[in-house]
Amino acid sequence: MQTSAARTTTFTVLAALALAVSACAPGGTAATPATEAATQNSWFDQQKYDLENSQRTATFTGDPAKPYLQYLPGPMVEAGAFKASGPAKVCFSNAALSNTWRQTGWITMNEQLKELQKQGIISELETRNAQDSDNTQVADIDYFVNEKSCDAFIIAPNSPQATAPAVERACSTGKPVIIFDRGAGTNCGTTFIHSVGGMAWGMDSASFIKDNVEPGGHVVVLRTAAGVDVFEQRWAAAQHIFNEAGLKYTDYITGADPTKIKSIVTDEIAKGNVDAVWVDLGDQAVPAIEAFEDAGKDIPVVTGEDNLAYLRAWKAKGFKGFASVYDAYQWRTALLAAAQLFQGQAIPKDWVLPQIPVTAKELDTVLATNQGMPDTHYAASGGEDLPGFPQVWQQRVIP
Amino acid sequence: MSTISKDLKNSLLSSTGTVYLVLILVVIAGACITAANGRNFFAPGNISDLLTSTTVLGLVVIGQTLVILLGSLDLSVPFVLSLSSVLSAGVMAGQSTNFAAGIATALLAAAAVGLVNGVLVGLVKINGFIATLGTGLIISGYLFTNYRGTTGKASPELTAIGTATLGVIPVTTIGMAVCLVIVALFLSKTRTGLHLYAVGGDANVATMSGIRSAVPALVAHTISGLLAGVAGLVIVSRLGVGSPEVGTQGGYDLLSIAAVVVGGAILAGGKGSIWGSLGGILIFASIDSVMGIMQVNPYLKEVVRGLIIIVAVAVYARRNQIKIPARFAAIQKAAPTRPTNGATR
Amino acid sequence: MTTIRYTTNRLPFPTRAIRSLSTPGGAIYLLLLALLVILAFYNPGLSEPGQLSRFIGRSAPIAIVAIGQYFVIAAGEFDLSMGAVISAQVVLAGNLIGQDPAQILPVIVLMIVVGIAVGVVNGLLTTLLRVPSFITTLGTTLILSGFTFYLTGGAPSGNPADAFRAIGRGGIQNVPVIGFVPYSVLVLIALAGAAVWLMRRPFGRMLMGVGDNQSTIALLGAAPWWIRTRAFILSSIAATIAAILMVGYAGVSPVVGQGYEFIAITAVVLGGVALGGGRGAILSAVAGAYVLETLVAILNFAGVESTWRPAVQGAIIVLALGLPLLWTKRKAFKILLRRKASTAKTPNPTAPQSITEKP
Repeated sequence: MQTSAARTTTFTVLAALALAVSACAPGGTAATPATEAATQNSWFDQQKYDLENSQRTATFTGDPAKPYLQYLPGPMVEAGAFKASGPAKVCFSNAALSNTWRQTGWITMNEQLKELQKQGIISELETRNAQDSDNTQVADIDYFVNEKSCDAFIIAPNSPQATAPAVERACSTGKPVIIFDRGAGTNCGTTFIHSVGGMAWGMDSASFIKDNVEPGGHVVVLRTAAGVDVFEQRWAAAQHIFNEAGLKYTDYITGADPTKIKSIVTDEIAKGNVDAVWVDLGDQAVPAIEAFEDAGKDIPVVTGEDNLAYLRAWKAKGFKGFASVYDAYQWRTALLAAAQLFQGQAIPKDWVLPQIPVTAKELDTVLATNQGMPDTHYAASGGEDLPGFPQVWQQRVIP
Repeated sequence: MSTISKDLKNSLLSSTGTVYLVLILVVIAGACITAANGRNFFAPGNISDLLTSTTVLGLVVIGQTLVILLGSLDLSVPFVLSLSSVLSAGVMAGQSTNFAAGIATALLAAAAVGLVNGVLVGLVKINGFIATLGTGLIISGYLFTNYRGTTGKASPELTAIGTATLGVIPVTTIGMAVCLVIVALFLSKTRTGLHLYAVGGDANVATMSGIRSAVPALVAHTISGLLAGVAGLVIVSRLGVGSPEVGTQGGYDLLSIAAVVVGGAILAGGKGSIWGSLGGILIFASIDSVMGIMQVNPYLKEVVRGLIIIVAVAVYARRNQIKIPARFAAIQKAAPTRPTNGATR
Repeated sequence: MTTIRYTTNRLPFPTRAIRSLSTPGGAIYLLLLALLVILAFYNPGLSEPGQLSRFIGRSAPIAIVAIGQYFVIAAGEFDLSMGAVISAQVVLAGNLIGQDPAQILPVIVLMIVVGIAVGVVNGLLTTLLRVPSFITTLGTTLILSGFTFYLTGGAPSGNPADAFRAIGRGGIQNVPVIGFVPYSVLVLIALAGAAVWLMRRPFGRMLMGVGDNQSTIALLGAAPWWIRTRAFILSSIAATIAAILMVGYAGVSPVVGQGYEFIAITAVVLGGVALGGGRGAILSAVAGAYVLETLVAILNFAGVESTWRPAVQGAIIVLALGLPLLWTKRKAFKILLRRKASTAKTPNPTAPQSITEKP
């Protein structure tokens, strides 16, 4: 057959070319992309960095036993016209439920909803899930706006800039618009609920690495997705700290796929020394830890998040760990904010929730409190005082 | 008078007619289901939502129909869409002066990719699945290396087009309808359009009849790329920014193929129609809309979509009806019909 | 029925092996060898025996999925549901086994039953209802992944017991010379051997026949619908086994297995199997899978930004399939040029010969 001889020729030529190219390329450990460290990360904002740094240790107003209601003092928004005379309907545009953090928050939010429904403050929570698609979320928000039956909007944006026009359309209806988790790219919302911030998150874990690794050490950075502001801010802060500390790093975008993570870390171990692993999402830490085990190497510093899979692995394997926290209870706060407005109470315009990491000191207490919880549960779920705790979270049925 | 009723009967029984019958049934069922729950299927908000979601997919489906008629596939569509969105938003950068330049850049790039696909499929004769998969992957590499998240900003003119509506119908949907009509005319009235059907039906016979099979391939793939580019512009008009992931987020490649096949086309090529594909999209959009109103779990939505795709195509595949234009019907009656064998794919 | 043996005039094995390098299925081995050499150059650690077998082990799931897809493509169909099958099986394993080792065996049996069921559904829909396999498997993908996500809300509850994960993660220690042999490598060798054996059986020959010329197979008295259904069943079982290995290697996650059907199709096509069916060797599909994996590893070690990897894969696919076709065409192109020149000279051209491409 004509094609077969041609195929052999092609493949041998391709193979020879590849060999020739590789002979010219630097052998052994090639230049890592970390050399781009000199260029500034476009997501890094010194002002925001300094602000969040100070907020990490600030004093929060409110009862520490109810962290989901605590906030930093600042301008408040009066309820005014938002006060409702009966049970009100809330419309929720959710970016996605595609990771365990979001699912934990969603379960807590629904339990809170049941309470508010019993109290007659909220009649219904109509939800639309955009499944990580900006286009779908814009359509969802527009649907709510056009239906004209919502007394309040809660929006968890997927990407800030893409959803900004739709959020502004929601604002123009005159109903309260509550944004939480990721930013909305516009200031028109009634309130923006969030933990201190992504930069503080990155600062927490990166500072721990800085304190535990000598300058010149090598950090493997596992990033979930490019362009998502929460993750980008975490990395921007961490990168800043690594640069200042003189640490070398190699960053990868993994999509939180455990197979990819394990292969990447295994290859990195084969390439040379890995002194620390920094992740921007809790789900990524455990495959990395297993890669070290499989390779028969000691586990170095591996940071993570307050998901129980990481916390338990940390306790069991005994390496130097650190869990940054991005409160899963802000989902509950969003609903409570709507409830407070309906009852005529003022709420903060910029609602900053405390962000307290889990260090080696608190590890045992946190594990004890969450003993029967599944691995995918997040410690900062804030559901301890809701009826149904702990069974609803243990069974983990996604509403 | 008898030919009109015969025409009507022919068109109703043809694949395209069946699609629209199904669509009407779906809409009626949807209206009943939603009414039973106290909601209105025909509320302006819902119709507008339905039409908006139809627009982007519709543009992609028009191009995909052409390519499938040829017997090929276009899997690079999501990436061309994303590319067009980032290029246009990037060039426009929110300025009115860059409006035309942004559109031109995006459409040229999209058409260029389509042309490359056409060359690979038509001239080099690589299988369409592989060729477009390959080009799609190459574009994705470029996109994810150079763009991190949403980028650029649409010109005010583009955003205005995106939000403008004529009553309840968005202007962009009207634009899509215009494209639809143009391409439908192209297929039925021009020589290249007929050649497309011929090459899709049997490439060897077409070549022996003197048709250069490369030309329909080039044209079909280029149009597919171009329309994917237009779809990207529509998305930018709605989001106000470009995004390297918007194409993959929407799953436009497999969904468009599904819509075309539900609309009565066969994947081997040579049979299908633009109007049928439109019916296919409308069926999907209506069902999605009903499920959205009923707040059905989005994952169950996928299950329903999968069921519809299989059931719809099963219905057509069993019937295996060859659509004969009315003026050949008399001749068809005289000649013996071909027995259907099991070798249809 | 005994396998058909060739006559004693058959050339000796070494000669046959060398000759086979000139077939599409054979040329892939050249490419694989070259890529492995390059990888060893970038990662000298790979030449350590334990490392090489680990590399083979971690890519074993892709090779197994390629084997499954090979059966389906040889029959002239597509199986796009492999990724969804893997996800569903991974979630099933994670949720049903939990931390209870006693559940491992029953759950594995259940997983295989589910795999067979999906294959049967795919096969029957494609053969009896005559839905094109592209559409059938697309539909079953949506249904399966929709159901999986609906039941688990998008993420399984956690990693299953370590004993179960040992299948994908563990191996035999202290093997002489090689060092460490992962269980996944053993599974792969067993499956590849079984697949090669199967292709030499009547089923295998009929499978090729169905892809090549279905009506003839029907006339021979075989049932094409049953042959194709069995191909789908084999494909789903392969996806199930790959899922078991992947759960072991990396644990559960909602994204595990996504896109594997496209990687499998690419591997099979690279290995020289024609997309219409009827031609191709199964081990070449495995070689194709390893070519792709080795390429990814090389790019990683060469420091190529991870975002460029899909582009390189895409380029390889297009080049590997396009260049041979262009090469063949250069003769036809020359004939065309010559004819154009001669028609310019002579007023009456001879009857044009159509340049039909060989399939």
